Amino acid sequence: MKSNWWKILSIILLVYSIIGGLLFAVPRLNIVNETIRALYFHVPMWFGMVVLFLASTIYAIKYLRNPNFQNDTYSVEFANVGLVFGLLGIFTGMIWANYTWGSPWHGDPKQNGAAIALLVYLAYFILRGSVNNEEQRARLSAVYNIFAFVAMVPLIFIIPRMTSSMHPGSGGNPGFNMYDLDSKMRMVFYPAVIGWILLGVWITSLRIRMRIAEEKIIESENENA
Amino acid sequence: MKAIGQLILKEFKLELRRKAVVSGLALYLFSTVFISYLAFALRQNLITPLVWSALFWITILFTAINTIAKSFIGEKRGLDIYFYSIASPVEVLLSKIIYNFLLCLLLSLTGYLLFVLFLNDPIQDKLTFVVTLILASGGFASSLTLLSGIASKASNSNILMAVLSFPVIISILLIVIRITKNCMDGLDPSVSYDKLLSLLAINALVAAVSYLLFPFTWKS
Repeated sequence: MKSNWWKILSIILLVYSIIGGLLFAVPRLNIVNETIRALYFHVPMWFGMVVLFLASTIYAIKYLRNPNFQNDTYSVEFANVGLVFGLLGIFTGMIWANYTWGSPWHGDPKQNGAAIALLVYLAYFILRGSVNNEEQRARLSAVYNIFAFVAMVPLIFIIPRMTSSMHPGSGGNPGFNMYDLDSKMRMVFYPAVIGWILLGVWITSLRIRMRIAEEKIIESENENA
Repeated sequence: MKAIGQLILKEFKLELRRKAVVSGLALYLFSTVFISYLAFALRQNLITPLVWSALFWITILFTAINTIAKSFIGEKRGLDIYFYSIASPVEVLLSKIIYNFLLCLLLSLTGYLLFVLFLNDPIQDKLTFVVTLILASGGFASSLTLLSGIASKASNSNILMAVLSFPVIISILLIVIRITKNCMDGLDPSVSYDKLLSLLAINALVAAVSYLLFPFTWKS
């Protein structure tokens, strides 16, 4: 029970952010209107994705320093769940864009940057699929993971800021700070971010346990055979 | 330092002995430009400056990927073990990056000349454009050399090379296309300084990471 407090916290925060996100008062703005509530569900996906990918990269570095099965498993599973968060981020963004920009895919620099970031990690899984030697697969994919993360940083954080974009928060469009002068939205937004990140870590830890268990089963089968 | 010089020299010698490879690359470049010419410029003149820059950079991107892919993928089995015994991995990597950079620069300058010959020359600010070509070649060389080393260890190297490199190269390509637009509009070079600087920064970043990571792709 002691070590499970963060799982309970995650559920409480998510339930709170879903109820609060759908029911609490939000500022009235032209065009955006009620879709401003997407902030509570769409933006936490990106926070979650970046945190999970960062964790994946950290475990990749750990693997290179200390090659063992565990570090590799952590790195892969963080990337896996990060990818799911990224896909959810893209889809929630597309729903929002459909109502405010008029079409789900608007060719906005932020949308394109996000799509490319996902391509990087899809390529990572293709690389893992095409190396047969297990140890070599872990090492090469760790190298690519770190390299891709570094190459992704300018893509997500620098280039979108250099170009004009219709995305809230850039290119002269009102961002977070302009929407809520009284910080009401933050009361829901920050708990939502923390809740989703915790949920992501939780899912990852379950997947890691599953993989380690699978590995043990295979090993014991090999011994018996 | 001396070992790097020797290794670069060796790459050049090897290249001159296998002339088919270099001529193959040159022909690849020529064919791509010629196809662009046949499809876009012959009879119906569809080449606006923006189309020109898109075609040009796609051509250069594919040529660069094919050029650099061969730096590890084409090598004979066991040759790497020999290199390891005579030089450190970092020396091998640096020599390959420098060599690929020179080759890429040569090919992209040739590509530019071919584009001017067959299509047209919308570039007004030539000096900045050449600087951009140099920086782009550096970026391609420093990022793709490591990826070639990774892809050479996997089973379907050629497909993998393309898949791994596109997402990584896009940030370089986007900046470069923006600078090309400035050059075509004949804007003052100072407008592009910050973009050239960020290109240089990305190059330095990618090269530093390659330098750190490359020794790990070696051990096997």
